[in-house]
Amino acid sequence: MADSNTAMQDYDRPLLMAGGLGKTYGRLNACQDVSFSLYPGEVLAIVGESGSGKSTLLQLLSAQLAPSSGKVSYRMRDGVMRDLAALGEAERRFLFRTDWGYVHQDPVLGLRMAVSAGANVGERLMAVGWNHYGHIRDTATSWLERVEIDIGRIDDAPRTYSGGMRQRLQIARNLVTEPRLVFMDEPTGGLDVSVQARLLDLMRNLVSELGLAAIVVTHDLAVARLLSHRVMVMKGGRVIETGLTDQVLDDPREPYTQLLVSSILPA
Amino acid sequence: MTAMIDIRHAQKTFTMHLQGGIELPVVSGVTFQVEPGECVVLSGPSGAGKSSILKMIFGNYRCDGGRIGIRHQGTLVDLASAEPRQILSVRRATIGYVSQFLRAVPRVATLDVVAEPLIANGMARPQAQERAGQLLRRLNIPERLWPLPPSTFSGGEQQRVNIARGFISDLPILLLDEPTASLDAANRAVVVELIEQKKRADVAMVAIVHDDEIRHLIADRIVDVTSFALAA
Amino acid sequence: MNAPVYNFAYLDEQTKRMIRRAILKAIAIPGYQVPFASREMPMPYGWGTGGVQVTAAILGPSDVLKVIDQGSDDTTNAISIRKFFARTAGVATTTATADATVIQTRHRIPEAPLHGGQVLVYQVPIPEPLRFLEPRETETRRMHALAEYGLMHVKLYEDIARFGHIATSYAYPVKVNARYVMDPSPTPKFDNPKMDNCPALQLFGAGREKRIYAIPPYTSVVSLDFEDHPFTRYRFDAPCALCGADDSYLDEIVTDDQGSRMFVCSDTDYCENRQAQGHRGSESAAPHKERSHG
Repeated sequence: MADSNTAMQDYDRPLLMAGGLGKTYGRLNACQDVSFSLYPGEVLAIVGESGSGKSTLLQLLSAQLAPSSGKVSYRMRDGVMRDLAALGEAERRFLFRTDWGYVHQDPVLGLRMAVSAGANVGERLMAVGWNHYGHIRDTATSWLERVEIDIGRIDDAPRTYSGGMRQRLQIARNLVTEPRLVFMDEPTGGLDVSVQARLLDLMRNLVSELGLAAIVVTHDLAVARLLSHRVMVMKGGRVIETGLTDQVLDDPREPYTQLLVSSILPA
Repeated sequence: MTAMIDIRHAQKTFTMHLQGGIELPVVSGVTFQVEPGECVVLSGPSGAGKSSILKMIFGNYRCDGGRIGIRHQGTLVDLASAEPRQILSVRRATIGYVSQFLRAVPRVATLDVVAEPLIANGMARPQAQERAGQLLRRLNIPERLWPLPPSTFSGGEQQRVNIARGFISDLPILLLDEPTASLDAANRAVVVELIEQKKRADVAMVAIVHDDEIRHLIADRIVDVTSFALAA
Repeated sequence: MNAPVYNFAYLDEQTKRMIRRAILKAIAIPGYQVPFASREMPMPYGWGTGGVQVTAAILGPSDVLKVIDQGSDDTTNAISIRKFFARTAGVATTTATADATVIQTRHRIPEAPLHGGQVLVYQVPIPEPLRFLEPRETETRRMHALAEYGLMHVKLYEDIARFGHIATSYAYPVKVNARYVMDPSPTPKFDNPKMDNCPALQLFGAGREKRIYAIPPYTSVVSLDFEDHPFTRYRFDAPCALCGADDSYLDEIVTDDQGSRMFVCSDTDYCENRQAQGHRGSESAAPHKERSHG
């Protein structure tokens, strides 16, 4: 752990910055002119309906897709702000399995389904050079406990897990290297409502306990309200409204945002 | 200037795009100050914009004009123009909000719901839980309910949990939106007592209270919202 | 030479050149899988087409060839390949490890220490050690390029979680020259230490998968493991029943229909040499006597 002074300074400097970010496919503007700064510990929700460009934006931000215009910079652990497009592939992949997490909507994409839960969690540790089975297993065990998976299931493969357990396992697998930024793509999509609630609660606690920054793509405004500090509303590839989450949801300004908010079924 | 809250000419209009873009002016020219240790009660009929003003002070509603000055960690922050980050920081360290309804977090135990603001500000969990327990006991929430999530409670119980959560931290500003609305006499008295305690601790408060009796018990000053209202 | 219809060692010269280039590259980058244009050979895939092509490319008229299959010189596969080169290249063949200049092998490394100037050619079914955990070839190649080998330990982790120890007993992954993780072909892990700092050149050919890789002489080859579960060489409970050797890899031989069995050296040449030197095991005096080993 670095001394708290530098930690305090880091807190006031952006962790990730997007400037004029855009992606075109031929004549189609999938995403255009997105700019924002994300600070350490901040949770940003990107909301909008299917086709609004939010998933494209997430891929641009996580360097899985090269932008047609603009750039994304990220503050590396050494404090230096780097242009993601200028990172070498090795650096980018290293970032992806250490300082970043990526929670897929479909856990099958984020897990090794045929490998035990313990190894799924331990893989990122082994990838950064952990070479002591006992330590790896202890760490995996404590992470399974944190995401409320019965540690008696540590040697079972996730294909024997329920949807909610798989999603929680995916979260443990991502957080084990203590990343500073986690991308989440519809993390509660496809889960039962009761399972969703449990998962949201868990994510909320982990994010605040670990001081994680997160970018969450969701079409579910309830998810945005529960998890995020700030929200960006997207429509037709553009950010049409942005602000504090409760501000945007309780006092929406744009016609589209008002429509979104008024479309929520009463609980 | 020592005021904790200094509002000048604040204005709020809703534009209802789904109703053909009609504009609903709510308030304008809102101007008043609140000093430390003072409880200001907003008065006026329903729909006059009392809740909107409270929400503007919390940064929950955006301001269309004017200034909402908040003394935050020794400096003056204008919430009408502040960055989201600043507003969050103000909410963490300066302004607490007790609403009528508990926005229940699923699955979290009542004791933790109440202790959370303290933990978020760095207090150790056992210590925070102990203070939460004291407050819940005072508000007559039986101990057997503490481990349960409040979403299953009755309306009155939920409100008392919400009050405990709002009053537990030592923030210098508290906003109270009908804190006693559905409470019985005994619990109303507890809330009045809590407000008195906050005053002695120099907390600046803005409250909306419909009950005349309670209003007279807690108000140091009454601000009539009717003069700010633009409706009709 | 008694096979005039074929070019020397069956393959045409252009093909041999192509394979030699791949071999040179493989030697230059120890442990790296070099793609090559594998040819159809007059034997089915899985019977050693990769090894045969490598052998054909490096064989010269003065070479002495030994071919073993599971350590044995006299199984069908070993005999066919030996005869194949005897007929197409006219080279001398031997069963003596020490006399051979080129040894083609399936699933074993000879017990007798190899010496400088020898070449050991392995037949490889699946060259990619990461394959079973990451089926995408594009991804495994990238992992090799970036030396991302965490996944290899996942496999060992799974072993320990399931069996309490690293149960992988053959095709045990190694790291070559502190860089590339390599599949040593399905040799028993008992043989892994022999690859390390070996004076002989080791070449690996995978015909169906079209890959060649190599370990140059005197190169470090380290078996992967965990600090708290270090690599261990398999220890047999009993010595060879024929020659009494207690330091060799043993095969289990079932001797009758009642389940009687005995354990003998898998390396037939090694075992025969020891017996010729007068070493005796429990069964050697009366090899047909029925006896069970608990």
